[in-house]
Amino acid sequence: MEALTDRSVLYALTGAGLIALGFYGFIVRRALIHRLIAFNVIGSGIFLLFGGAAYFGGGVDPVPQALIITGIVVALALTAFAAALGVRLAQDGDEDDDSDDDAEGGP
Amino acid sequence: MSVVELITAALLAIGVFFYFAGTVGILRFPDVHSRLHALTKADNLGLMAIVIAAGLHFGDGWIAGKLALIWLLALFAAGMAAQLVARAALSPEHNA
Amino acid sequence: MSLAFDLALCILILGAAALAVFGRDLFGSIVFFIVYGVLIALAWITLGAVDVSLAEAAIGAGVTGVLLIGAWQGIRDGGGGEPEAPTPWPLHLAAGGAAAALCGVISFAVLSLPGHDGLAGEVPENQGALELGNPVTGVLLGFRAYDTLLETLVLTAALAAVWSLTPSQFWGGIPGPNHVKPPDGVLASFGRMLPPRGLIVAVYLVWAGADAPGGAFQAGTVLAAVWILIVLAGLRDEPRLSRLPLRALIILGPLVFLGVGLIGMLLGAPLSYPEGQAKPVILVIEYALTLSIAATLALLIAGPARRR
Repeated sequence: MEALTDRSVLYALTGAGLIALGFYGFIVRRALIHRLIAFNVIGSGIFLLFGGAAYFGGGVDPVPQALIITGIVVALALTAFAAALGVRLAQDGDEDDDSDDDAEGGP
Repeated sequence: MSVVELITAALLAIGVFFYFAGTVGILRFPDVHSRLHALTKADNLGLMAIVIAAGLHFGDGWIAGKLALIWLLALFAAGMAAQLVARAALSPEHNA
Repeated sequence: MSLAFDLALCILILGAAALAVFGRDLFGSIVFFIVYGVLIALAWITLGAVDVSLAEAAIGAGVTGVLLIGAWQGIRDGGGGEPEAPTPWPLHLAAGGAAAALCGVISFAVLSLPGHDGLAGEVPENQGALELGNPVTGVLLGFRAYDTLLETLVLTAALAAVWSLTPSQFWGGIPGPNHVKPPDGVLASFGRMLPPRGLIVAVYLVWAGADAPGGAFQAGTVLAAVWILIVLAGLRDEPRLSRLPLRALIILGPLVFLGVGLIGMLLGAPLSYPEGQAKPVILVIEYALTLSIAATLALLIAGPARRR
């Protein structure tokens, strides 16, 4: 068997670079938004690695393509939940810790 | 190089110039509204030049029609987005 | 296209990612993240994966970008936008070392991969049974329909999880700030002009998805964009989340999909389609999914209820 095509290797290596970049950013950045961005960069890096390695002369293998589309949607679902958690945390952190439960108890 | 190729290249150059001008405008203009002005005007003209160039390059009526449709939709979308950004920048709650 | 273009694109992608992850200003980071998503979509086009490109541009760059902007606003308004404390340098060193090692290991793995033709040969061979021309749709709704079914359930579950964060006094209320105002000017007329065209594009994307790039997720995102546009233009308010029709809309797609899967069980195997009827059944699933995905995405962006 021959090796992968040049283009395949190029995109897969870019994917590897994105994973490393996102991983580093995920650890050293503190703000939630930055961590979410880093998480999404890791995700799309994995997709690019996967899709790049699945590339051959005539395009990308359709099975990984379908899995990547699924992955994009699942990453979005996680991002949405994390973002909503972050917003709620910021809102609750604003109120005093001793009054938070009572303030929301009403009908 | 044929005449069509020359015109295509010239149109591409014009398109790139407008995009470049728009980018410079975004980076250098002082406030939201003038930046918006630079961005939307330049990008719409730049896209128009590139769409015409692409239409000429392919020399096919169907493709040219689809490209023109893309430009029109992009125009409407850009107009809408510009309005939203401009309003958000005007409203007092976002001036903090 | 030449390898020089690919190389330039890859460098741009890495640069945009670095600016997005390491930018000082949060909003600027989000803008660069959206740029990054569009560049990634471009990369998928050059690789010939148009379906993935559409999904990345619409969902990865578009919806995620809007979500992040919404979260940024929410966190800032909630008083959580303090400047971040600097990270100690040993952590930088350790994280950098780990990231470099990770990159090295993956690169080594990539470079030692053998060449292949993938399953690109097998998919079209078996495609005939599904009567679809687009191999990606064939995989999504035929050969690996389990994945797609569970993926739609993940979206629904994410919406339920987001709703679970609603403060109890607002439960079942209306999400987002109130934008409704008397329609006037460019915004109102464009807000009326774009939605019907968005509808046509969405219907076309599902229909074309059978034989050409497109499909339920891409079309659902376009519909969700139409929804958000109408709300932002102030033409209609977000719906009350306790409304039954709305909840029915959210679970319509997964229910139809699950129903077809269970009927398939009676016919042979779970998620198998009746012979000769595969394409109509897949189209029914796709249209139902499109509506549910659109509602779910729009409501994920709107977040939990904030008003009664």
